[in-house]
Amino acid sequence: MAQTTTQGQQHPISLYLKIWGLLFVLSALSYMVDYYHFEGLLRWSLIILFMLMKAGLIVSIFMHMAWERLAIIYAILLPPGCLLVFMGLMAAEADYTFVSRLLFFSQ
Amino acid sequence: MPDNNRSEQSDHTVTGLPGMVNDWASDKDAFKQVSWGKAMMWIFLLSDTFIFSCFLIGYMTVRMTTTEAWPNPSEVFALTIAGESIPLILIAIMTFILISSSGTMAMAVNFAYRRNRRATASLMLATALLGASFVGMQAFEWGKLIEDGVRPWGNPMGAPQFGASFFMITGFHGLHVSIGVIYLTIVAMKVLRGDYERTGNYQIVEIAGLYWHFVDLVWVFIFAFFYLW
Repeated sequence: MAQTTTQGQQHPISLYLKIWGLLFVLSALSYMVDYYHFEGLLRWSLIILFMLMKAGLIVSIFMHMAWERLAIIYAILLPPGCLLVFMGLMAAEADYTFVSRLLFFSQ
Repeated sequence: MPDNNRSEQSDHTVTGLPGMVNDWASDKDAFKQVSWGKAMMWIFLLSDTFIFSCFLIGYMTVRMTTTEAWPNPSEVFALTIAGESIPLILIAIMTFILISSSGTMAMAVNFAYRRNRRATASLMLATALLGASFVGMQAFEWGKLIEDGVRPWGNPMGAPQFGASFFMITGFHGLHVSIGVIYLTIVAMKVLRGDYERTGNYQIVEIAGLYWHFVDLVWVFIFAFFYLW
């Protein structure tokens, strides 16, 4: 792979510092969710929102996915979509198990 | 659309969806501008994503199915500092440390491509040091929880599945951090020694960086789902 030796991801340091700062802020915000005892739907949606923003910044900027070609972006980022299906299946199954346990233990 | 040019367009000039179709339809490598080393690291990380996701989905399942109350992580992981109990503080500090280590790693990659060996190696070693301190704090956390009577099969606070999930998920993540510390130290030493000067190819630093950022990425999900939920 001689042709790839000269290529590399070169981006200004200031970009990394900005993302670093942003990740700090987002982490602080997600910690605040716990610190101020947000509950219920608000808590869960805030947790998910901050988590996805942090993950997105890490993958796109720090791991340079934003500058890769679509061929590898889709090859890497699409398969984890299966995990959402898996999660849905297990959540439905867990619900069933929970209800069965409630019925069984109450006897 | 001039179709007769299609076979000539297997170069890197076409972008977007047509570019992707060309890349996958080309005779040789599908991943243009991505070396085999980097492609394999990405594929490894994809497989690791599935492993960690299975752990987290398993955790979700046991937490949803248990009829006992789940211990409140906010209280379990609280620390008493200066007579005041601060919820989740150690975990928050660990999060900031890991994010900082990702920042230093990103800059190390940048200096590597500028062939600034000294800056690259010192930033990588700083990353490894931050990673090692992360593992140290995790060991402290484990010690504290074991002292409090948390075991993989039970704990005094509530659902026995809490211990199993905690030790497995954080243990596997801690193992990844530890391996990353060793990996980064080895590459940093090789950079410092000038091993890559002959070829001038410093992509190995970027590949090591991919692994490290992934470890940080996994922590983002563990922090959200295990500690905050």
